[in-house]
Amino acid sequence: MTTALDERSLDLRRLVVRALEGGGRGHVGSSLSPLEVMRVLYDDILRYRPREPQWQGRDRCILSKGHGCLAQYVLLADKGFFPAAELDRFCRFDAILGGHPEAGKVPGIEASTGALGHGLSIGMGRALALRMRGSDARVFVVTGDGEINEGSVWEAALSAAKHQLANLTVLIDYNKIQSAGPTAAILPLEPLAEKWRAFGFGVEEVDGHDVAALREVLRRVPFAHDKPSAIVCHTVKGKGVAFAENDPEWHHKSSLKPEVIADLYAAVGGR
Amino acid sequence: MRPACIDKIFDLARRDRRVAYIGSDLDPPLVRRMQAEMPGRAFMEGVSEQHVVGMAAGLAMEGYIPFVHTIASFITRRCYEQVAVDLCLHNLPVRLVGNGGGLVYAPLGPTHLAIEDIAIMRALPNMTVVSVCDADEMRRFMDQTLDWPGPIYIRLAKGYDPIVSRPELGFEIGKAIPMRIAGTGAPRALLVATGVATTRALAAADLLATAGIECTLLHVHTVKPLDTVALVEHARGCDLVVTVEEHTVVGGLGSAVTDALVEGAVDPVPPIRRLGIPDAFAVKYGTQDQLMELYGLQPPQIAASVREALKLVAI
Repeated sequence: MTTALDERSLDLRRLVVRALEGGGRGHVGSSLSPLEVMRVLYDDILRYRPREPQWQGRDRCILSKGHGCLAQYVLLADKGFFPAAELDRFCRFDAILGGHPEAGKVPGIEASTGALGHGLSIGMGRALALRMRGSDARVFVVTGDGEINEGSVWEAALSAAKHQLANLTVLIDYNKIQSAGPTAAILPLEPLAEKWRAFGFGVEEVDGHDVAALREVLRRVPFAHDKPSAIVCHTVKGKGVAFAENDPEWHHKSSLKPEVIADLYAAVGGR
Repeated sequence: MRPACIDKIFDLARRDRRVAYIGSDLDPPLVRRMQAEMPGRAFMEGVSEQHVVGMAAGLAMEGYIPFVHTIASFITRRCYEQVAVDLCLHNLPVRLVGNGGGLVYAPLGPTHLAIEDIAIMRALPNMTVVSVCDADEMRRFMDQTLDWPGPIYIRLAKGYDPIVSRPELGFEIGKAIPMRIAGTGAPRALLVATGVATTRALAAADLLATAGIECTLLHVHTVKPLDTVALVEHARGCDLVVTVEEHTVVGGLGSAVTDALVEGAVDPVPPIRRLGIPDAFAVKYGTQDQLMELYGLQPPQIAASVREALKLVAI
């Protein structure tokens, strides 16, 4: 997949690199693959108030693959939930931005994630609660592909379908590479869209870096009035950093040296 | 105790619109009653403990107080990470109702015994662990669950256990209840018990009294947070402290009490004897009472253990 990135996508990547520099570490590939998904959610789809993060009428966006948190941190910073300078303190002792997102610490983070396979159950419970209360707020859950190895995800899927939660959408960041290697070799997921369909979801597949296509498909949710929605987002691990793309070695990096940071900046169009 | 708890959930749900019920695959009558009277707040979600705990967390994040009900061994072990992360890390007011705590499911074997539930639940920050001794105390406790801020693990016994709690002694989450105070005269032992082990310990104290051995019995219905003030107060000057629990001796009430006394202001720390289930899976079936006897937790055995320990203390 060679979808070109526009200037806004490059700007967001520069913010990711800024945080990687601040912390000297981070999940590089895992944060770059869902970046357009998060961008379109925050730019075009979600309803929220950055100065009032607990506003009752907001849509709830849960990044279930918490290790990809830089993709959400940069959008939250960009939208003014907290100052972008927080990115410079990523993972430091007294930072609010840790290596996995924590609700209550970071404005705009709806659930503390990092342990995989939790977000969809939490999102399902919240979607149910919102419907019980008569709220029209919606819930969006972003999962990884390695993450959906977890059986709990499929327990949650069964339950969400049973309750016909049309206010719940799950987006799968399907970059096809998990920490230890290709998903196809470690635990094959195909046919993935068919699986979600069989579990009772309305399903669409999209190029997860094509901003216009993401916008179009997200504006159409729910795909059925009596079903939760699943969007299989075909993405590239490490998207936008040519030397990191599709390389499991770039899932997570620690001790990032200044010259590597310089290479990362160069890859996304300079500082 | 189980019917009392279930009836109380129904009662609380009537009184407070925040209360919801999630069963996995147990107690359809409650779900039917709740659905009839307060539709939309009772759910039966299937054998999926990981999911129902996460779902309960989601409901609690939106202002509900969910009671999640299933078998104690599964609600503590199968979904431990969801309990730790979704409930405890977020400090949400979810109530985990564990059916058949301890040895209740004796005939069903070790997969269904919850003998380490207290240990693993109390290891989690923000978790409150409650094990009442009878149905009356369950009702007094449940009334207080609406206003308790974080998660609670509620250990249920078999049901229809003898009533030994007394309303005049009151009930407050986190406050131990002295159910029997030793008279004057040595030697004195402090018995500390939780759940239905309190009933056995109380009977043991009566047996000991007839033999001239006066004991105080502190009923610790809330194992966490532990009432260290009451514990230290009653342990001071005792010749012996004996803990009694229907739970492994690893990490449960006995461990909590030992930690508290060693770190508390009791000097010298009295000798401590922990009565409970040994660090092994059950190899017998039968009844709860038979297994209690196998593990030396029936009143005459508790009394004998206290007498023996006091002899050693005297030496």
